[in-house]
Formats: sequence, C-alpha cells, structure tokens
Amino acid sequence: MNFKLSEEQHQLQDAVRRIVSAAGYHERLRAVVDGQLSWDEGSWRDLVEFGVPGIVVSDRFGGIGLTMIELALVAEALGYAGAATPFLGHVLATIAIAEGGSEQQREKWLPMLASGEKIASVALSDQNDGWAPEDWRLAPNGSRISGRKINVPAGQIADIFVVGLAGGQLAVVEALTPTVTAEAMDGIDMTRPLAAVEFSDAETELLENGSAGAARMHDAALVLLAADAFGGASRILDMTRDYSLVREAFGAKLAQFQAYKHQLANLAVEVIPTRGLYWFAAYAFENYVERSSHAACLAKAHSAELFLQTARLGTELLGGIGFTWEYDSQIWLKRAMFDFAWGGRPERLFAKAADLAGW
Amino acid sequence: MNLSYSKEYDDYREELRAFLAANWPLPDSLGDLRERTAEFHRRAAKAGYIFRHIPVKYGGGEQQLDFLQSEIIKEEFRRAGAPREPEVIGINRVIPVLLQWGTEEQKDFFIPRTMSREFLWSQGYSEPNAGSDLAALRTRAELVGDKWIINGQKVWSSNAYKCQYMNALVRTESAPRHLGISYLLIDLQQPGIEIRRIKQITGESEFCEVFFNNAETPADWVVGGRGNGWAVSRTTLRHERSGFRSVNWLDTILRRIVKLARETIRDGTPAIEEPHLRREIARVQARLYAMRYSTYRDLSMEAAGEPSGDYLLTQKLYLTDTIHLVERLTRDLLADDYLLMSPGEGRDGLKGNAKWIYNSFHSLKIAIAGGSSNIQRNVVGERVLGLPRDNAGVGGREASGMDQ
Ligand SMILES: Cc1cc2nc3c(=O)[nH]c(=O)nc-3n(C[C@H](O)[C@H](O)[C@H](O)COP(=O)(O)OP(=O)(O)OC[C@H]3O[C@@H](n4cnc5c(N)ncnc54)[C@H](O)[C@@H]3O)c2cc1C
Repeated sequence: MNFKLSEEQHQLQDAVRRIVSAAGYHERLRAVVDGQLSWDEGSWRDLVEFGVPGIVVSDRFGGIGLTMIELALVAEALGYAGAATPFLGHVLATIAIAEGGSEQQREKWLPMLASGEKIASVALSDQNDGWAPEDWRLAPNGSRISGRKINVPAGQIADIFVVGLAGGQLAVVEALTPTVTAEAMDGIDMTRPLAAVEFSDAETELLENGSAGAARMHDAALVLLAADAFGGASRILDMTRDYSLVREAFGAKLAQFQAYKHQLANLAVEVIPTRGLYWFAAYAFENYVERSSHAACLAKAHSAELFLQTARLGTELLGGIGFTWEYDSQIWLKRAMFDFAWGGRPERLFAKAADLAGW
Repeated sequence: MNLSYSKEYDDYREELRAFLAANWPLPDSLGDLRERTAEFHRRAAKAGYIFRHIPVKYGGGEQQLDFLQSEIIKEEFRRAGAPREPEVIGINRVIPVLLQWGTEEQKDFFIPRTMSREFLWSQGYSEPNAGSDLAALRTRAELVGDKWIINGQKVWSSNAYKCQYMNALVRTESAPRHLGISYLLIDLQQPGIEIRRIKQITGESEFCEVFFNNAETPADWVVGGRGNGWAVSRTTLRHERSGFRSVNWLDTILRRIVKLARETIRDGTPAIEEPHLRREIARVQARLYAMRYSTYRDLSMEAAGEPSGDYLLTQKLYLTDTIHLVERLTRDLLADDYLLMSPGEGRDGLKGNAKWIYNSFHSLKIAIAGGSSNIQRNVVGERVLGLPRDNAGVGGREASGMDQ
C-alpha cells in the first residue's frame, strides 16, 4: 500500500522529460509555433524509440504492458514541455483498439501503433460540443462511411483514424486517398494542430466491442488531458516565477513586491494539490473501473480550468511581454485553451461527474 | 502505487469490526457517557486503533503509518457510531511536541493524562501585539530559584477558561525576537493567572484573554531547552491523522451539503436537481480529491523516508479557498435562513440550518487561526517558490493546519 511513484516510474518520467528538453528541442518547438515546421518529428522519433506509443499496449502486441499511470506521467511531462507531437490522438486511438477491438483486430492494428510505425488519431466530433460517444452522429452505410469529423488532432499526418460512429460505436479507417482527406483547421494550439477529416465512402472496420472501447477511450482522454494540464500549469508557474526573479521595476525585482509574490503563491496553491487529482484518476482508470469515469470527469474538468486560469493570470503577471507572440508563455496559454475545450468543456464534465456521483 | 485493500486489509477491517462490536457501545454500568468514552478510548488505543502515533509505554497504539488502515478506522468508527480520537490541542499539538522534545519526566507525567483528557490544554502563542508577527511577543518569564516567574498577557487562547494547562511561548532570554523565546508549560489554575472569556462572532465565548501576574511554573517545565521555543513550536505532527484532518473534515462537509441540497425543496423539487448547484458541488469534490490523494502521496513519501514535497505547505490555503466556495454554495441553499442566527455555545447545540450559519463563521476561523492567509502566502512564496523574503519573512507563523 502506497501512493507514490516507484523508482521505475520516476525513471520513465525523467527519461521523457529529457527527450523534450534536450538540445534542439526548444528551437523545434519555436519553429512549430512560428509556422516553419508543422510538428516536432524529432521528439516524436525519440519518444517512439523510447517506447511511449506502446506503454499501455500488452507485450503480446509489441507494447510494454504498463498502465494509464505511466501514460499519464508521460502526458504530464509533455504538457510541461508543450510538446508538438501526435501523442494525444495516437495513444487514444491505441487505447480504443486495445479496449474495443476483437483479438484479431488487436493483433492486426496494435503492433504497428505500439511500434510507432504508423501514426493514428481519433476522429470524434461531428459538430460543436460533440465529444461524448452519445453525441456522435456519423452512421455507417454497411462497412463504409461518408461524412466529416472535426477537431481531429494531428489529422493531417495520421495514417489511421479511429472514428466515432452513431450509437457510440467505433471504426478503424485507413487514411487512403481519395476516400479520406484531412484539411487543416485554424487550431488555437499550434503544438497540437487540428484537422477536419472528410470521409467519402471510406472503407472501415467496425471494432467488435466498440461501445465499451469508446467509453474507455473517452475516460482515457480526460485523464491524459488532466495530466497535460497539470504539467502545463506547472510550467506557467515556473516561468512566471523565473521572470519575477529577474525583471525589475521601481528599483526592485518583481518578486520582492508582496502583492506580486502573493499572486504567485495563489497560483502555486491551486496548482500543486492538483497532482493528486490526476494521479487518482489515472489510478482509478486501472484499478477502480466502475468509478473511473467519475474520477476522470472531475480530473479533466478541474485541471483544465486550473490550467487556463493559471495561464491567464500568469500572462497578466508577465506584463506586456506576455502578450507577445515571441514570448513562450503564449504557447501554454493556447495549450490551456485546447485542454479546456477538447474532450468536453468543464461545465459539462462537472455535470456528468455529479450524475455519476449518484447525487 | 497501490491503493488496493488486499486481503491483509480485509482482515484488518474484520478484526476492527469485531473489536467495535464487542466494545461500543459499552454498558451503562461502566459510568456516564464521558467515562464510557474514556474507557472505550483506552481499549481502542490498546488495540492500536487510536493514538497510533503514540508509544505503547504512554498508553498509545504505537502503529506504523498506514493510511489505508486509518481510512478503514475512520469508516468503521463512523459506521459503528463510536467516538473518534478526540481533536484537542493537547493531543494534536502538545503530545507531538513532548514526544520530540520533552524530557522523560515531562513525557511520563503529561502524555498519559493528556490522552485521557484529564489534562486539557490551551495554546498560548498570540498576544495583543504579536499575532502574525509572533516573534514580537512580550510575555516574560524569569528564572528565580526553581521557578519561572511569568508576567504579561496572551490573547485568543482557545478554551483557556476550561483548561488545566497552557503550552505557551514566552520570552526568557535577552536575545532578540525569536531567539529569546522558550516553550513553557504552565498550570492555568493558580492565583497569578486571570482568565477573561471573549465573546466571539458566533455568540459563544471560547477564546480568552489570559493575564499573568507573577504566575509560576516549575523550572523544568521548559520544553526543548531555554531559547529554543521557536523551533519547538514549529514541530509538526507528521502522521496520518494530522495529514487527514483537513481532508476528513471537508469530506464530512461535502456529505452534509449533499444532504442539505436533497432536503431543500424549491418549487416542489429538491435543490440537488438544479444543474448549476450539482456542478458546483462537483467542483468542491474535485478539490477534496486533490487534497486526499496529495495527502496520500505525501504520507507515502514520508513513510519511505523521502522528502515529501510541497503539498503540505499549500494545504491550509487550499482548504481555506475551498471552504469559501462551500460557504457560497450553502448560503444559496439557505436562502432566507441566512437572515437568522441562534446564539449558542458551539455547533452541537444548534438546530437545523443554524448549524450552517455556524459553519459560515467557522470558515473564517479557518482563514485566520493557525496562520492567516497572507502569512501562508508568504510561506508558499518563499519556501515553495523560492522568492525573496519581505519584512515578515517566512517566520511569521508556521504553515500548520487548522489546529487552533
Ligand atoms: C477562532 C480563533 C481561535 C484562535 N485560537 C488561538 C489559540 O488558541 N492560541 C493562540 O495563540 N492564538 C489563537 N488565535 C490567534 C491567531 O493565531 C491569530 O489571530 C492569527 O495568527 C493572526 O494574528 P492577528 O489576529 O494578530 O492578526 P494580525 O497579525 O494583526 O493580521 C491582520 C491581517 O493582516 C495580515 N498581515 C499580517 N502581517 C502581514 C504581512 N506581513 N503581510 C501581509 N499581510 C499581513 C494578516 O494576514 C491578517 O489578514 C486564534 C484566532 C482565532 C480567530
């Protein structure tokens, strides 16, 4: 009985942190943000080599066979770094197949996802605010689908999509031209670009236990976004703290003004305890399956609000520099806006948590 | 990470249930409720269910830190309606101080009697001109022969009027500020001490002014040595119970809010069905989870001998912010009952929604007592974020929980 990280879990998280802070990392991230690169291929390659795409995949299918806890620790580290990789969509598609696929389907798809040979993503929303399985409208015509999905992360580089269908079902679709076309959306978060994906009579493979897979995938999305948000909020906190220790006004460092110090302390007081919330949601995903949706809803709703509020106040505390494109804080403010909306807005998730709590 | 109630814990729960079935309630022949409670606590300590952090030789349970056990104990005691370990200053604050700093004589004399609540304690830190800036305190003690002679005044001393003893911070050395302070134990029931109760915002009179006019205490009732009072007063009890005090309390509050929201009928439907309210209660629950699992993490690291991170330093402010949220929720539920206040002594005697009015005031006590919020912000700014000190420094007040 304990609720701390094991030595291996520390090592795993540290290794990921090293990948997304190594020499050249920041330049690539800036290149993405400034539109010179569409994503950070170098970091993804290193993450793939380290085994990240296979963390929750059983070793029977070429994965490492670890748990959501390890995956969430990775998500935290990527959130802290603002990583511009296809992590989110890829691991969600992987979880959807692992949880919703038949044995043959898992054998067919998981090895290529676990190895990172192919990049996958999830195509869920048909319309605004349409994240939950019960919102999905796209209905297949036999084994084919025609229609449009929006807000698909890394949609332009994905080779494979897991698509949400009417009735909360899931199907796997290969991104083959001309039946599948992805068009960039003007996404707010440059580190996780979004696409609208058009399916024109595209061939699909229905997942055998699609609705079960969809529910698990949705919970996983909430847990991973909560972890990302905790990481991102921690980054904003560190960044603002560091700035306050060098920037001077009225002959003193900003951090020497108590008003400023207290505003930073208020941010820290909100950020630090949130770790326990996302850890528990990740733990519950593995160990208390019947309570896991409740914990996941609470974790994402709370952490996403926290991240956004921290990023907004952090920006205010940075002054004019925070309002520039050049200064890095904007990366996390926009990431916070993504974490807030993607997967379901907090008000809706709190409402669902209340229902699940049995009140 | 492993929170599973393995077989070992199921067995533990079974044993505890058997213990409770056999020992609570106790027959009337064993005395009045107070006596029966004391007897029950003796038995529960012996069995290791309460006073888990106190060695057996003083009558404690002497158990390893184990928060799943402590959760099981909380659940099963609640289910059986058995009296929990008392939440009083003597047990929360004085015993940990004595365990860490006390002499053998001090421990032998005070700890067992404090556990049995024969000795009740009032904490004498604050003075009229030393609150947040505690190191400015002026109450003095001078060693004359084998006695300290004490002169000065304390204020806000909770329950002093009904306590036998005070754990006090007193100036004994000529050194400046915190360097000149010692931690003294003082018998409050003596001619040199006058206690005046202060009427509080709730109408009750729990905290007091305490005047010392050549009051006395034995020379060897200084804890941790002369001039060391500052360090002694900052002893924190790192054990499950102290870690969970805030969490358990918030947990109780949350359950009561849900109950209140179910029982409050508006336009013929229970308020709990209002979408906005449901979301707000869920917001409180998210914060409760954040606190509970951060505490789990902290205690796990503590148990493994690792430095336990920053959470504890943020906890009091986090609780304060959360309880402000709770107050906002409840006042909406109370509607016009927010206009009414029943004067009374303590929460227990109050009926219906008057209890919530009491809680409304209590939320402000949490914000002020045990280190007010701005002082906590200094502590977080300096100790957690590494920001420079301002005039108050981190010394103002320790970042302790809600133990006053
Ligand atoms: C119900 C209750 C029970 C209590 N019980 C006890 C007890 O049993 N024993 C005991 O010793 N004490 C007790 N106290 C006292 C309590 O510890 C003090 O009230 C508290 O430490 C604040 O001190 P103060 O009241 O002198 O306020 P002050 O120190 O005068 O502070 C007033 C305000 O100024 C702010 N402030 C102070 N310094 C700074 C600064 N440097 N920067 C920014 N803001 C600042 C504070 O945050 C506060 O908001 C109790 C208090 C209450 C309300």
